[in-house]
Amino acid sequence: MTTLQVRVWRGGPQGGDYRAYEVPRQASQSVLDVVTYIQRTLDPTLAYRFACRVGMCGSCAMTVNGVARWTCRTHVDQVCADGRLELAPLANLPVIRDLVADMREFFDKWARARGRFAGRRTRHDDFERVAPDSEPRRQVDAAIECIGCGVCYSSCDVVAWNPDYLGPAALNRAWTLQRDVRDAAQAERLRAVAGDAGCHACHTHLSCTERCPKHISPTAGIAGLKRAAAAAALKGEL
Amino acid sequence: MSARREALLWAAQRASAAMLALCVVVHLATMIYAAHAGLGAAQILERTRGNVVWLGFYSVFLLAVVVHVPIGLRAVLSEWLGWRGASRDAFLAAFAAGLGWLGARAILGVFL
Repeated sequence: MTTLQVRVWRGGPQGGDYRAYEVPRQASQSVLDVVTYIQRTLDPTLAYRFACRVGMCGSCAMTVNGVARWTCRTHVDQVCADGRLELAPLANLPVIRDLVADMREFFDKWARARGRFAGRRTRHDDFERVAPDSEPRRQVDAAIECIGCGVCYSSCDVVAWNPDYLGPAALNRAWTLQRDVRDAAQAERLRAVAGDAGCHACHTHLSCTERCPKHISPTAGIAGLKRAAAAAALKGEL
Repeated sequence: MSARREALLWAAQRASAAMLALCVVVHLATMIYAAHAGLGAAQILERTRGNVVWLGFYSVFLLAVVVHVPIGLRAVLSEWLGWRGASRDAFLAAFAAGLGWLGARAILGVFL
């Protein structure tokens, strides 16, 4: 049986270092399987986070060989040609312990970007009809499947340079609401996401788009927000 | 106010980029033509002096530069040096004025 040489970052908010482990190589082994093997067999003190194991919950993202990825759906074969893996917590977020990043700031930014739907109808009204093939609906469809894993946020250079930047996931969420014809907080949301901590800070590096495990393009949504903000500003509505 | 300012600056930078794309192509094509035709400084000046078309073209080019460059530099200063606020904006206004002065000097130098 062949083995994987795995280096795992161990530590906390004050700092830490990599520790080496040897893990048996298996067929169809995911990176999350490797971490789970280490925790259950070699070192029960290892802290990491996971829930669904099938790419739905977004909780198991980590830095794998220098790149942020969801680990449950990342096979070792995809990322490890030479039998070596290096695992670290997500970048651009504070570390709680070992592979567990503190996601509070990440989700607080969703709230700051007005990532909450604001309806205008009550339970007594009829459903609003949204044509599935209408342009706004198709734009929402292209961006709505975000699982909040933080891979885009961790991969974004602008987040690293400007800690106030709302980040790709929060702006993508805002974009889905901006294109939601039922939403009643469009102007308020545009004011929240425009500015040098919002969509205008994006340099279109496309790292978020390249690494999003759900193949969403937050960059496209951010560009849409920029256009919407410019149109509103020119009309004097921003 | 900040959101409106950022949105307008973004629109100004995009519009000036579109102008620059056109101006740079025309400028390079003209330079390549002049070099291939073997035109010297005297013959080029002969064509530019008193020519309001070239005056107009390079004035538009200069305007695009004066709008575009300080907005881009603003992001660089903020992100790389952490320089924000009124002092940065005052520096950028002075920088834009300097660019405008140097450019206008060059344009008038070949027009007058």
